[in-house]
Amino acid sequence: MPTKSYVQTTINGEMVEFLTEPRQSLLEVLRDTLQLTGAKEGCNDGNCGACTVNMDGRIVCSCLVLGVEADGACIDTIEGMATPEGLHPLQVSFLENAALQCGICTPGFLISSKALLEQNPNPTEHEIRWWLANNLCRCTGYDKIVRAVMDAADRMQAQEA
Amino acid sequence: MKWIDFARPHTVEEAVGLLTERGDRARPLAGGTDLIVQLRTGGHDPDHVVDIKKIPELNELSVCSDGGLTMGAAVPCHRIYNDADVASQYPAVVDAASIIGGTQIQGRASFGGNLCNAVPSADTIPAMIALGACANIAGPNGNRCVQIEDFCTGVRENVLGPGELLVSISFPAPAANSGARYQRFIPRNEMDIAVVGVGAGVTLNDGCFESVRVSLAAVAPTPLFVTEINDELAGKEVNDENIAKAGEIARDAAKPITDMRGTIEYRKHLCDVMTRRVINDAVTRARGGQVDAH
Ligand SMILES: Cc1cc2nc3c(=O)[nH]c(=O)nc-3n(C[C@H](O)[C@H](O)[C@H](O)COP(=O)(O)OP(=O)(O)OC[C@H]3O[C@@H](n4cnc5c(N)ncnc54)[C@H](O)[C@@H]3O)c2cc1C
Ligand code: FES
Ligand code: FES
Repeated sequence: MPTKSYVQTTINGEMVEFLTEPRQSLLEVLRDTLQLTGAKEGCNDGNCGACTVNMDGRIVCSCLVLGVEADGACIDTIEGMATPEGLHPLQVSFLENAALQCGICTPGFLISSKALLEQNPNPTEHEIRWWLANNLCRCTGYDKIVRAVMDAADRMQAQEA
Repeated sequence: MKWIDFARPHTVEEAVGLLTERGDRARPLAGGTDLIVQLRTGGHDPDHVVDIKKIPELNELSVCSDGGLTMGAAVPCHRIYNDADVASQYPAVVDAASIIGGTQIQGRASFGGNLCNAVPSADTIPAMIALGACANIAGPNGNRCVQIEDFCTGVRENVLGPGELLVSISFPAPAANSGARYQRFIPRNEMDIAVVGVGAGVTLNDGCFESVRVSLAAVAPTPLFVTEINDELAGKEVNDENIAKAGEIARDAAKPITDMRGTIEYRKHLCDVMTRRVINDAVTRARGGQVDAH
């Protein structure tokens, strides 16, 4: 008789427990079980990056991770990006640079860009485009997104200084 | 997706036991970037998914005392290209690791999964063949080692028998004056499937080729190892004329199909051009030079 699996994980810094069928993706668990609907389902096959989350310090497509694989992992989603003090500099830059239109790709782009700036605080345009190749956007034409990431990098470095 | 059971063994023995017990109904899970897509689309129909990422041997990535590299079958691409030893001693491995999908895919995708999935366009396989790597396999009847060029037996088919698990891939220590390169041709800059891929590993001796290992992707049901290139070039001078001959041999050895990515004629032409480019880059590396990343 099939049973659900018990999973204990850390999401946005908080310990979270859930029950999941092994066939469910992490994306399904986040959206349908935990009501964290920030990560989006675009393609459900790893191409569009709308479902991007950070898992143990690496960005992954949550549609290509099983919920059971989250056991013992540390996961960051878009819901954890802004703090009570305010938006993350990337979020501010995306708004100010008009880096979103319909917005469905935005959580994925933000999570991916945050991981990039954490390991490379001052990326070139080429590095940004290469890093974000796994995130698709049907609306903006990418240029404004790339500019927003460069702008956020400048803001974050100015904050550090 | 239909119901599946899930297990997370911590040892090779335990994993082999599970795979043996369930036979065809079980599949190992590494990064899942092929398997989870196949589970969803019905390409694979197992009852049991065996996550192999908690097994230490499958996560090893180390340059051994003899200079060879051991790469656990489940090590994801990002660990491979961020490893300083791999980057300095096996740049052709980095060539392949850094073009599999995009950053998110590279966070999970492994060489072991790419090899076991055994599609003709798999990007890591020609690089591994060029480097003379071998697959270390554990199974219910013991361990064995298979050269990468002998691993794939058909489209999505490989040598693994019932209960067998790919544990790791061993790369020999780079010989003195050797260099290797992998490149694929795609119409985009990234996130695409190879129209043609070429891996080459050369060892030089005094301005001559000592050995040349060339392997082609996406031009036959399995990755091709074109040994005729070594037969022609070994002992010959490193020059454009001889490298051009290698291109011609690659073109003649390729047995591509026509599909939406390219015609037979186009792919054969690409084999010629890419083989010359990739051998030239491998020679540059063998002489201590740098080549462009992608
Ligand atoms: C968006 C996207 C882009 C991609 N781009 C590329 C690309 O550019 N180039 C390319 O070559 N591929 C590409 N792929 C395909 C895939 O990412 C690669 O083939 C990857 O290397 C598979 O590794 P994995 O660890 O995810 O394997 P998995 O999906 O975990 O496994 C793949 C297969 O191998 C079996 N298997 C895995 N490990 C073992 C083992 N140790 N022993 C026995 N069997 C095993 C599994 O059961 C399964 O059948 C892409 C996929 C996606 C979704
Ligand atoms: S929904 Fe996961 S990559 Fe598109
Ligand atoms: S803003 Fe609409 S898909 Fe990117």
